[in-house]
Amino acid sequence: MKTTVTTRDAGDVKIIELHGKITIGAGDLQMREAIHAAIAGGARKLLVDMKDVSTIDSSGVGELVGCYTTATHKGAKLKLMSLPPKISDVLTVTQLITVFDVYTDEKDALASFA
Amino acid sequence: MTDFSPGPIVLWLASRYENLELAEAVLVHVCRQRGIEGENEHWIGVALREALANAIKHGNRGNPDKRVFLSIGGDRDELKIVVGDEGEGFEPDVLADPLAPENQLKTSGRGIFYMKTFMDDIAFSRGEAGGTVLTMRKNLNAESNAKGVKSA
Repeated sequence: MKTTVTTRDAGDVKIIELHGKITIGAGDLQMREAIHAAIAGGARKLLVDMKDVSTIDSSGVGELVGCYTTATHKGAKLKLMSLPPKISDVLTVTQLITVFDVYTDEKDALASFA
Repeated sequence: MTDFSPGPIVLWLASRYENLELAEAVLVHVCRQRGIEGENEHWIGVALREALANAIKHGNRGNPDKRVFLSIGGDRDELKIVVGDEGEGFEPDVLADPLAPENQLKTSGRGIFYMKTFMDDIAFSRGEAGGTVLTMRKNLNAESNAKGVKSA
């Protein structure tokens, strides 16, 4: 599956939807560029929707951590939504699941920004 | 699981990340042939991608003129994956622990940890002609492998 990244707004929350693989040489840089563009565009509430992510590797995880750090330094909040079990497992074994705010559905995730 | 054991499949790949897709497709073919399915197939695939990415990025320093060696084989009870590069070699023992609090927000340093987590055994050695050789093994009989993720 070709990696694609789409964005949409829900009020003042920028939702970044990832589709496909977030792996080295594939979706890792696309994800970073989309999140950095949103921050540069003034977004301070970022919600990354991962329900259509099929695979993530250490490079993708590293980029996600880097985006989280960048967002925090810019005064923005970056949260994750709808993690498939395999993506959740990858974040769990490295204990990163405790770093991110993770939500199972969009309604709860959006409410958390209020 | 079948008794079919065709011997190892060997590939020499240019150091390009696009080749990870080819290697994973070959792995999936081998897994299906040997009755390895579902989560096991997925996690072995993740480990393979980490190993190849490591060889390309850290071993061959992204030089497309340098190649990565891949062998997928083993026997009825075990899948064995060997990945070699043409780089200068490195010392895996000096790698930082990605679970240490001071490393938690680093953007790199998790690849080998994932390989150790998703496979049953991994070992590094020096190649005969230089470079690093990584051997990964997955026990195909252990009940613990019903789910691919194990404690590191």
